[in-house]
Amino acid sequence: MKAEFGMQNAECGMRGAPEGRKKVASGKRSAATGSQLPQAPRPEGARGLRTMTLMAFLVIASFCISAAAQQPGNPTTQSGVTPPRGVYVIANARIVTVSGPEIENGSIVIRDGKIVAVGMSVTTPAGAVTINARGLSVYPGMIDAGTALGLVEVGQGASGTVDTSEVGDLNPNAKAIVAVNPHSAHIAVTRVDGVTSAVSLPSGGLISGQGALINLVGTSPAEMAVVPYAALVINYPRTSAGGGPFGGAQVQTDLTEALAAANRQLEQIRKMLREAEAYGRAQDAYAKDKGLPRPAQNIVLESLVPYVRGERPVIFRADRETDMRGAIKFAEEMKLKPIILGGDDSWKIVGFLKEKNVPVILTGIWDLPVREDDFYDTLYENAAKLQQGGVRFAISTGDTGPNVRNLPFYAGMAAAFGLPKAEALKAVTLYPAQIMNVADRMGSIEIGKMANLVVTDGDLLETRTHIRHLFIDGRPVPLTSRHTELNDAFKNRR
Amino acid sequence: MPLTLSATSVFSDAEFAEVALRKTIAIKVETMKRIFTYLLTGILLGGFLPASFAQDRGVTETIIRNATVLTITRGTLTNTDVLIRNGKIAGVARNLKAAANARVIDGTGKYIMPGIVDCHSHSMLDTINEGSLSVTSMARTRDVLNPNDIDLYRGLAGGVTTLNLLHGSANAIGGLNTVVKMKFGRPVEEFLFPGAMPGIKFALGENPKRSSFQPQPGQTRRYPATRMGVEEVIRDAFTRARDYQRTWAEHRAAVSRREKNLVTPRRDLQLEPLVEVLEGKRLVHAHCYRADEILMLINVANEFGFKIKTFQHTLEGYKVAKEIAQHGAGASIFADNWSYKIEAYDAIPYNAAIMTRAGVNVSMNSDSDERARRLNIEAAKAMRYGDLSEEEALKLITWNPAWQLGIQDRVGSIEVGKDADLAIWNGHPLSVYSRVDTTFIDGQIFFDRQQDLAKRADFERERAVLEAAEPNRPPAGGTSPRTPRGRRPTHDDDLGKGETGEVDHR
Repeated sequence: MKAEFGMQNAECGMRGAPEGRKKVASGKRSAATGSQLPQAPRPEGARGLRTMTLMAFLVIASFCISAAAQQPGNPTTQSGVTPPRGVYVIANARIVTVSGPEIENGSIVIRDGKIVAVGMSVTTPAGAVTINARGLSVYPGMIDAGTALGLVEVGQGASGTVDTSEVGDLNPNAKAIVAVNPHSAHIAVTRVDGVTSAVSLPSGGLISGQGALINLVGTSPAEMAVVPYAALVINYPRTSAGGGPFGGAQVQTDLTEALAAANRQLEQIRKMLREAEAYGRAQDAYAKDKGLPRPAQNIVLESLVPYVRGERPVIFRADRETDMRGAIKFAEEMKLKPIILGGDDSWKIVGFLKEKNVPVILTGIWDLPVREDDFYDTLYENAAKLQQGGVRFAISTGDTGPNVRNLPFYAGMAAAFGLPKAEALKAVTLYPAQIMNVADRMGSIEIGKMANLVVTDGDLLETRTHIRHLFIDGRPVPLTSRHTELNDAFKNRR
Repeated sequence: MPLTLSATSVFSDAEFAEVALRKTIAIKVETMKRIFTYLLTGILLGGFLPASFAQDRGVTETIIRNATVLTITRGTLTNTDVLIRNGKIAGVARNLKAAANARVIDGTGKYIMPGIVDCHSHSMLDTINEGSLSVTSMARTRDVLNPNDIDLYRGLAGGVTTLNLLHGSANAIGGLNTVVKMKFGRPVEEFLFPGAMPGIKFALGENPKRSSFQPQPGQTRRYPATRMGVEEVIRDAFTRARDYQRTWAEHRAAVSRREKNLVTPRRDLQLEPLVEVLEGKRLVHAHCYRADEILMLINVANEFGFKIKTFQHTLEGYKVAKEIAQHGAGASIFADNWSYKIEAYDAIPYNAAIMTRAGVNVSMNSDSDERARRLNIEAAKAMRYGDLSEEEALKLITWNPAWQLGIQDRVGSIEVGKDADLAIWNGHPLSVYSRVDTTFIDGQIFFDRQQDLAKRADFERERAVLEAAEPNRPPAGGTSPRTPRGRRPTHDDDLGKGETGEVDHR
């Protein structure tokens, strides 16, 4: 895989990229890049200044002024320039580390993309750009592990902008990282609300493809990728549609027939995974003994090998109890490393999930209860039930892109219905990082971790809170998006 | 819990009706047997959920003591009592006196806000769109109300008490609306909001031009197919309505002159509601997305001399806020729902703030049984995006939508003399961490979290009995019976989750 994509994580990809490169693919800009924006007078004259020097100056200048002040207009949001890394200090802030105790008044030092110091008294390195964050709070950036960010621009009526579902049922080699559009308007809209990373997942057929864990900054998939091949996605075959975010509104015909069809589909998946196992064994054997017949290379089966060997997780989309049980049983049989995505009925099988130690990425907190006779708060409470039962879980919007920015409010709703606030915060930071095996790099504020940081004027999960500063991968990201630009263009029209 | 009495009742959408019919005939005998068993079980268990929270009809006086009262029109009052008598708010002050037999609720640490008014809903409608014609002003939502829709209860649990039930957006001129109080568990007649101004749904843009729909085989393509045609359809309809109005005016004049041998003009149920619009007796609620559509309808309205009461969704309203304000129309909008289709690409969450600052009466609506349950969060987004004040944000879901429906003298704020439609929250309703404890309509409790929790064990027992009943036992093959879901889609405009969303239905 490494050789194929030329990177394993952001570190490699980023290091290779020239800091602050000009722009990428300027000739291919879609409507998403803001070319549709009216030529209304702009409040700031910065737009149109495209040279690196000026851009860097503006970004740095913005961090020299006080935390409460507005940042200057953004020359980078839509123009495709990644802000540079550097040495930054967020000073005098309340620091919510998530993994450790809260620091009432402390500072964070960021260098070359990483957090290098956190504490009540840290030494400010020479030449550092300091943000005075007095009265503000710093949180780790949020992570939504169940999106299709960058794969869908306009879901309806513009199928050319939708890249989630390949033709056919078995597409393990469809890789989200190949199709993630770094210039999608959704990326900036999402990050300015404090969601700094996301797992973007394909969704078609039975084996949908491979999801990518991306940072929401960068001008190429390589720059964005944290884990380019983060998980295989399997839509667990269902006997019944309806219910949960992935259910359709189909009419069920005959139950026996539906069950048989689902079993046939599962058999298709099983067969392909077995083939991949055999393929992996054959390749290994040949690597050891070149005297053996050389197995033909098959990139589809090759892409499955790390998953059938349990080296990388497999995300099963499943919401109903029977489907979740089925998926977990299947994963056991095939020795996969399962994650449940969806999980509407998880509250029914807390003990089972705990016993099997299978993590759940809940996407249905805001969904209507699945059954008419479910209690009104069944899905609001789902996270609390998992937490009480000791099940590993994370909270996700399950949204393709435009509404991923609501992630903090999903967690807030879970907290309104029984999930302790600190747990709700973990459910969108540390827990998704743990489930995606990147907790050594992100999900909390700790020395050595990637500097994905959100500076707020209040509780991160509260709707009324404003984001004041944003760092992703140690880069100061302007708080502008297609939305702020349209707002600026029209708010003073009289 | 409403029971499923026949195979047909699980299908609410027209496209399923035929399947359902065939199924029903095939299993007629079995169905009769099942109905009998269901009924018997139901009777034995005595009572369903709808009746559960409307049992306090005998209570005529309630006092909520020592709460924080968000009056909307008169600021925030701390340590204040709210007295409810005969369904009305009888007092809002400290240390109020109540009758000895009054129900007393301790509001210490709690917040009271007016019941939320949702200015765009399709809850409790068995069907949403009469999509066969481009002008369906003769179709009435009043005729398809289902008072047992469980999502009403879920909305009550989110503090909502009033809904504007609108026809769908398939037609340039759609059907007539119904404004209801969410008296879940009561007969449908009790839902109708007394004295609410009647209204009608219009729709502009992608939906009425049917650009996202393939006609069924054998079906001709419907006119219009462009925004030009949408304008023309509306102008044509009002031209005909104006003629019809004149015809009747001339007839009445002739009658008053006692002319002989008069022929009474033929009534036209399509044009009558449009005449009411021309005469200011019926409110126009117009679904729209793009700025040009909004300006178009304002021009048509000016030409015919009527007013648009609300633009619905109004995603690009912020681009023409000045013109909307000048016309005097309100705007009922979302904070989200951008980019899910082309005409929604320029929707921004700052819309509420920009239009409010321009002098437009703005409300946040749900258009979804799901979103209806958290309109408080949608209102708070206007503080996050565009810095509306707390009071302005609260108005988006209370006083403003009440004004948009012409019921602001009855609901939308906490004032003496107004209807006692309100909710007690366990924290500030604009906080994401808050939830509703109790919801009142006309002084009676229609949702109470403690009662809901207390009844759960009973419901679980009832469920177990029902599941053990013969018709509900798993069929051969070890599969479970079909969930009686079949709910209509949650939105008249398919806001499903991208391409994984539900069937488009409008």
